[in-house]
Amino acid sequence: MSNKPLIEVNGLSKYFDVNTGLFKSKKLKAVDNVSFSIKKGETLGLVGESGCGKTTVGRTILHLYNPTSGEIVYDGKKIKSKESIEEFRRHATMVFQDPYSSLNPRMTVSDIIGEPLDVHKLYSSKKEREEKILELMSHVGLNSEHASRYAHEFSGGQRQRIGIARSLAVNPDFIVCDEPVSALDVSIQAQVINMFEDLQDKMGLTYLFIAHDLLVVRHISDRIAVMYLGRMVELADASEIYDRPLHPYSKSLLSAVPVPDPKIARENKRIVLEGDIPSPLNAPSGCPFRTRCPYATEQCAASMPEFKEVEPGHFVACHRVGEIN
Amino acid sequence: MALLEVKDLRTSFFTDAGEVKAVNGVSFSLERGKVLGIVGESGSGKSVTAYSIMQILAPAGKIVGGSVKLDGKELIGSGEKVMKTVRGNKVSIIFQDPMTSLNPTYTIGSQLTEAILLHTDRSKKQAKERALEMLRLVNVNEPEKRMKQYPFELSGGMRQRVMIAMALACEPDILIADEPTTALDVTIQAQILELMQSLQKELGMAIIMITHDLGVVAQLCDEVIVMYAGSICERGTADEIFYNPQHEYTKGLMRSLPSANSAGTRLQPITGTPIDLLNMPNGCAFAPRCDEAMRICIDKASPEFEVGEGHTSRCWMCAKKAKEKGEAIIEIEGGENNE
Repeated sequence: MSNKPLIEVNGLSKYFDVNTGLFKSKKLKAVDNVSFSIKKGETLGLVGESGCGKTTVGRTILHLYNPTSGEIVYDGKKIKSKESIEEFRRHATMVFQDPYSSLNPRMTVSDIIGEPLDVHKLYSSKKEREEKILELMSHVGLNSEHASRYAHEFSGGQRQRIGIARSLAVNPDFIVCDEPVSALDVSIQAQVINMFEDLQDKMGLTYLFIAHDLLVVRHISDRIAVMYLGRMVELADASEIYDRPLHPYSKSLLSAVPVPDPKIARENKRIVLEGDIPSPLNAPSGCPFRTRCPYATEQCAASMPEFKEVEPGHFVACHRVGEIN
Repeated sequence: MALLEVKDLRTSFFTDAGEVKAVNGVSFSLERGKVLGIVGESGSGKSVTAYSIMQILAPAGKIVGGSVKLDGKELIGSGEKVMKTVRGNKVSIIFQDPMTSLNPTYTIGSQLTEAILLHTDRSKKQAKERALEMLRLVNVNEPEKRMKQYPFELSGGMRQRVMIAMALACEPDILIADEPTTALDVTIQAQILELMQSLQKELGMAIIMITHDLGVVAQLCDEVIVMYAGSICERGTADEIFYNPQHEYTKGLMRSLPSANSAGTRLQPITGTPIDLLNMPNGCAFAPRCDEAMRICIDKASPEFEVGEGHTSRCWMCAKKAKEKGEAIIEIEGGENNE
């Protein structure tokens, strides 16, 4: 892992227009002013509950959505123009959550994996294309005999391997992994997580690992970012955030995870939050978490807390971070 | 006498490709007021076991053998009329997805009162009062307002609370919860689990908790059944299963979990892919994926061995280990062990 950031995200926002009536529309702030950077060879875990904007962050970085504002800097170059986006996509790819809907049922495995090669014209002869596909398949533990089969002939874990092979086709440096193991059974999940780690060692990959399973994220990440209602609320080293979360939301999120250990589970003091996550269409004023926060004051309703570094490498967005810890 | 006794239950689905033995000789018993966890991967037969108890299988599914006794009364073959008095009254079920379990075209109130009117001889007004009381019990805020709302107006956690209210409205002896928190977020999951725990203490019903999440099991269950490929491979108290697993599959599951201390180390996955229920092997169903598999595992399925008090395992390794130590091991014939 080097110290130079491979990818920098500065003040990224993505708003969607949502129709709320005839001729009326409202801005849904799916991602609001999010900044972070990922070093080369690092894994940044991104956690949060459904609707917090973690998937939108991943997609907006890859310009699958056009950012509303903010900038993305990859390897020192701003990603803005059409050419730079196309060039960027040769270095950055994505693995999707659902291995069933993300593979075209009418294409064979070799065509699925070969498609990025076709798009970016990464071969000079048919033979070279064939060889590249087989090499990619062996990277993810698929046999050459699988090449002519269709996606429906595979189990969930194997399909996810096909999706990963496809994302590796352009020989990327950076992969956005959007809940890549959530749809898999426990016994298969560990196989796929190990594969992600092996590929990272072998190819020096950098991951943005989006997931809601906090035990998985803890295992694979070097640093972890926590999001709530489109905002980043905390960012720190993986062990730091688990041992000493500073934001009240991170605290309750981490304590809510059911630990697979009966004795710990019985003694565990869970911080159970009251109420539901507010709709992002009617986000509360000031701090987005204040409606469920046990420490909220008037100040929290009045102004948005700044996302600042409270300790070296530990960022928190909370007005009362000094008092409550 | 146990509240619920399931003996050698067999349920198959008859498909174009052949017979799928989804539940293949499952036996267990449930005492009053206990929480039993059934864990397993997708396709292990845990949900089909529950649906067989309730007799709400999809048309292709058929119970082909075994017995399900509730309070000593046989349910299999008892007919739809009897089952209608059982479902909702004595045994209730809540499902994974609270959106599809509620009817989107009726209000919460009318669905709740319908269930109460159907199962009790309350008047309409009494049923409505009972519905309100139930909503308060499951901590739904502003229950009067919620009664008039439609399911789409409620959040996922709120809908699951309504489902729990509906399931408990007629005070069942057993609540079957089929992955009740899988579709929910972590902080909402914590709310629902907390609620189920406190309701269980308050009302004293028994719960069958079906889940793939070992964390949920650790938090809630007194006893645990581990299923693989339609059969029970191991059963025991939660502590025994988590701290002293005896079946190679259970051991593999425990090893493959990421934990707080596993960062920086490699996980130890179970190798291979889940079993194809259409092509079941002769011997132990887990043998093709088992690192310790011996010849006998491939030839012959293991009987149920007693490995501790109330702790049994269907694994030949248990017999081998006992032999090495020079101890005798008790072999239990399927289904006779639940006294």
